[in-house]
Amino acid sequence: MSTTLPAKEMPINQSALPSGRVMTKPPPMKMARSGPIVDRIFGWLAKGAALFTLAMLIAILVSLTISAWPAISKYGLGFLTSTSWDPVKEEFGGLVMIYGTLMTSLIALLIAVPVSFGIALFLTELSPAWLRRPLGTAIELLAAVPSIVYGMWGLLVFSPVLSTYVQQPLQALFSGVPYVGALFSGPPVGIGILSAGIILAIMIIPFIAAVMRDVFEVTPPMLKESAYALGGTTWEVVSQVVLPYTKAGVVGGIMLGLGRAIGETMAVTFVIGNFNQLDSLSLFQAANSITSALANEFAEAGEGLHQGALMYLGLVLFFITFVVLALSKVLLSQLKKNEGARA
Amino acid sequence: MKTAFKMSMISAAGFAAMSLVSLAGAQEITGAGATFPAPVYAKWAADYNKATGVKINYQSVGSGAGIKQIDSKTVDFGASDMPQTDEVLKTKGQFQFPTVIGGTVPVINIKGIAPGQMKLDGQVLGDIFLGKVTKWDDPAIKALNPGLALPDAAIAPVRRADGSGTTFNFTNYLSRVHPEWKAKVGEGTAVNWPVGAGGKGNEGVAAFVNRLPNSIGYVEYSYVKQNKMTYTLMKNRDGVFVAPDDETFKAAAAGADWNKSFYQLITDQPGKNAWPISTATFILMQLKQDKPANATETFKFFSWAFKSGDKIAADLDYVPMPDNVIGAIEKAWGQVTDAAGKPVALK
Repeated sequence: MSTTLPAKEMPINQSALPSGRVMTKPPPMKMARSGPIVDRIFGWLAKGAALFTLAMLIAILVSLTISAWPAISKYGLGFLTSTSWDPVKEEFGGLVMIYGTLMTSLIALLIAVPVSFGIALFLTELSPAWLRRPLGTAIELLAAVPSIVYGMWGLLVFSPVLSTYVQQPLQALFSGVPYVGALFSGPPVGIGILSAGIILAIMIIPFIAAVMRDVFEVTPPMLKESAYALGGTTWEVVSQVVLPYTKAGVVGGIMLGLGRAIGETMAVTFVIGNFNQLDSLSLFQAANSITSALANEFAEAGEGLHQGALMYLGLVLFFITFVVLALSKVLLSQLKKNEGARA
Repeated sequence: MKTAFKMSMISAAGFAAMSLVSLAGAQEITGAGATFPAPVYAKWAADYNKATGVKINYQSVGSGAGIKQIDSKTVDFGASDMPQTDEVLKTKGQFQFPTVIGGTVPVINIKGIAPGQMKLDGQVLGDIFLGKVTKWDDPAIKALNPGLALPDAAIAPVRRADGSGTTFNFTNYLSRVHPEWKAKVGEGTAVNWPVGAGGKGNEGVAAFVNRLPNSIGYVEYSYVKQNKMTYTLMKNRDGVFVAPDDETFKAAAAGADWNKSFYQLITDQPGKNAWPISTATFILMQLKQDKPANATETFKFFSWAFKSGDKIAADLDYVPMPDNVIGAIEKAWGQVTDAAGKPVALK
């Protein structure tokens, strides 16, 4: 509402100012000033832009729900726990794709967060000054690689390497071990949950690393210098001073990466295997993700239940990203509250 | 469909150039649908435009979308790899006719086995994609290939991840020859695959098969030719092992009774020389035309394509329809009328 306030105050200011000075001096500047109408219009436009986005969001949600209705009314919430996806017999359940989306994103985060932290730490604390610039730019450039390129690279270059040098040795090592062995069972062809997770990790590392580096850089030097002066090691300074000071930014960066990983389509489609069965929890097993299923099946999906089920999946994805966003907000406010309590 | 995209870009550029020459009086016909015949439609359209100045704008959006567009009459013709049954067409007030023939081909990647050396039949192919035959030296495969050195390696099945007419053709064949497949999986543009990794598009499956040792997949014939993939021979209905090529696709089409209905799925056809996983691709049109002039132009285009487009089709690895079928198609056009019920002019 602050946008409308100046518009109301303006007429008073304008009429008051010249009347007081009119006898002594002309106004110092002869700039054409915008009238109250212009100000009001600008206020409306700004408000309209904000409301328009909100209206779009609601409209998308409504239209998604309407198109998903055949599936929602038939399956209800059971859709979320059913693993059958059979377009011929028209039986649909989303658990395989939901599992694939969450699992690949989790693997991506498990890899990307420590690596990004290392990158940011190196760039801000350890790197020689001449290396900082080129290295930082190179990592940011990774973010500019189109996702389909990651997908093709993953399929043609990365997955053979993963298959030969990681999956096959791991399988040989853990073949008899219970539980752990099950994680590494399945065909070691370099396509599946694990490769999709690793490709996603490579894709989100530049985002998380860039945000972390930026927030690490804003830590006041005085705090760091004081800690060093007290005899802190680099690790102590980072973990006791830099991280607590920047945790909100760090969480924000991680959530940005997570959001990207959940929504990524093309790169995942190439390496996840697009397999709609959930018969083992192996990391090497081909699987499917929500976005990949949508991209692959939508063009040829028959009207009615198949399209409805795909739309329902879209709605679920919408919900997952919403929850991630909400969680990050809650986490941030929690962090702030703790800070207040300590101070 | 990389080629489809390339072709449509070329034809789009062609259209742009031509439209400068013949702006006045130029008619424009729009069609949309299947990606499988898109390269040949685009090339036909470009050459037809050069010859007559009439623009044919074909959007390769997928069979499902093509059917939707002709239902809502936003295009002059729709295109689908999956024929519609006569009952469906009757209720919708539409009719269909086939344009070109192609085939779906099993491709493998096993060290030391050359194109055309491996022999398969429908039973074994179905068992592989059901996950029942899991090793290349399985007795069932050995029995079909007595002279071949088969590795003791796991079979890695590869199939399409996206919905496609190629998958429909392949699963339709398996449903006809493999009762268990029919009961468990069935046929469709996308099915519930029991095993296997999914590649996106023909090029995705081709990339998977070329990369994964001991894999088997299925692609459209033109991909086999362009990528020099290791195709297998298939045992047809008459018990003969045939290789995929123009002749065997044509032989499969010849076995169908096109005079009765154009709803013909030409998988598992009789004939010594017939490739068992063959398919025709179809054009869908409204029986009652709101714009009869556009229907006339559409007929003129396909009539030209049937007469002068054979070589273009063959160059792009499609097989033209046999002559007797073309006769039946052109006869069927006579049933199309304008809104008042008067037959649409064919020429």
